Amino acid sequence: MLIYGIPEFRLPKTIVQNELDILKKMGVKVEMNFVVGRTRKLNDLIEKDGFSAVFVGTGAGLPKFMNIPGENLVGVFSANEYLTRANLMKAYDTGRAHTPLYHSKKVAVLGGGNVAMDAARMALRLGAEEVHLVYRRTEKEMPARVEEVGHAREEGVIFHMLQNAVRILGDANDCVTQMECLRYELGEPDASGRRSPVPLAGSEFLMEVDTVIVAIGNGSNPLISQTTAGLQVNRWGNIIVDENGKTSIDGIYAGGDIVLGAATVILAMGEGRRAASSINASLAGT
Amino acid sequence: MNRILKKTQLSAEVFRLEVEAPLIAHERKPGQFIILQVDDSIGERIPLTIADADPVNGSITLIFQTVGKTTHLLADKQVGDSIAALLGPLGQPTHIEKVGHVVCVGGGIGVAPLHPIAQAMKAAGNKVTIIMGARNKSLLIMEGEMRKIADDLIIVTDDGSYGRKGLVTHPLKELCEQSPKPDMAVIIGPPIMMKFGAETTRPYGVHTVVSLNTIMIDGTGMCGGCRVTVGGKTQFVCVDGPEFDGHLVDFDNMMKRLRAYKPREDADHQAHHCHLEEAAKALEKQ
Repeated sequence: MLIYGIPEFRLPKTIVQNELDILKKMGVKVEMNFVVGRTRKLNDLIEKDGFSAVFVGTGAGLPKFMNIPGENLVGVFSANEYLTRANLMKAYDTGRAHTPLYHSKKVAVLGGGNVAMDAARMALRLGAEEVHLVYRRTEKEMPARVEEVGHAREEGVIFHMLQNAVRILGDANDCVTQMECLRYELGEPDASGRRSPVPLAGSEFLMEVDTVIVAIGNGSNPLISQTTAGLQVNRWGNIIVDENGKTSIDGIYAGGDIVLGAATVILAMGEGRRAASSINASLAGT
Repeated sequence: MNRILKKTQLSAEVFRLEVEAPLIAHERKPGQFIILQVDDSIGERIPLTIADADPVNGSITLIFQTVGKTTHLLADKQVGDSIAALLGPLGQPTHIEKVGHVVCVGGGIGVAPLHPIAQAMKAAGNKVTIIMGARNKSLLIMEGEMRKIADDLIIVTDDGSYGRKGLVTHPLKELCEQSPKPDMAVIIGPPIMMKFGAETTRPYGVHTVVSLNTIMIDGTGMCGGCRVTVGGKTQFVCVDGPEFDGHLVDFDNMMKRLRAYKPREDADHQAHHCHLEEAAKALEKQ
């Protein structure tokens, strides 16, 4: 995720590579192109392959969409897809990369988190003439770090607060041409403690765009829970762990977004450390 | 890793590769696919269905047609070469059960993914009728393998150069009109063929399964690039599919999404052929 998700301008890949190199020097073997649950079942790693413990840090995974008409038109991307095409597949390197670049002029980014800021700033770097960030609350409620919001504004991202998309429109080839939005005002605080956006009746208006990037968060990926008998998850599909990071199956631990829901790399690293020490304690028999 | 053990050219633009992949060969089930990259730095990631597997030998069989950059580079690989990255098996396996009479319809290269499904349907005790179609005789693949499985095998070509002249929908309609009608149809081929195949069975209420091959990035549910509309709901081909109820798939939207990068794909296809022609001319001069 640090490679495919977070752009170079926010986290240089050499830093990630250094961290990986340290792990490899410590003796960690990295098995690539291996989807646990599909290439090999999680239980098999313990029962057949001789591992004493497993830590699952598979992250959040499934991007959320708005469930509005027109969302499957050509030119609508999840932020995950948009960023992966650029960060991992290097689509920006049009001369060399095999992954084609979708050429955009006017881009709308939906959402107010760090990923939304990353996608908006990436769109500018990939040559978009205008990038509009559309968020249904105000800047005060944005989950993004204040610094990221500042960087995006400084680079020329145009902010549209208290607005949200309700429909995406396309041409005869199903390519995006416009986005219909509604204006909102803030009402009573919701379960998250943030004031909830209330749509203003009759406030519909159209925005001319050719690309829409949806950055409204991720659900949990069901791959591991679907293929691991006896692994308990909550109703959002997040793996349930105790205070030591241990799951319902002996020897299997988990942490990060697959446990917390969408959180941050910093929190995930903390969880990894906590689980590592309880794995150590358990294997040492203390 | 991922070494090419055998390479066969099946027709002008269709190739068959047997690739060393012991873990995938062991775990794969009919209906599942892999994602590959021919270059792990600047390569794109494309999905290909697993046509066959040999768990004893530790190999899988891939069959593909050259259409864009990656498939051309893959066709240039020789026995002994390796594929940079190979990930799988991915997707939900086909639901195999004894239903009675199953009609398996394969168009062009769609016969390759159909093969393991027809095999499993037969092994489950079903009567299996196979309809295979291609534009002309030279584009027909895997006739021998399919003949081994089929209780009845019907071949059609657009130009009548082999088998019956016509489209796969003609014999499919005739089968649906018989009494008793087939209990199930599995249709795999170009999107337009699957669309009309599903339209053919719809009035007869024959349950119809199609296998979709959309543009994918990660193949594990992370990006949503492969999404399709099924029964009015968004589904991810990589984790919810690749098989869906053919009567519920919005084929028109899917075909337009598949065309999103067509100009670049055509340019790469053209460039490859120009390159080959130049090489041939250079040889003639010598």
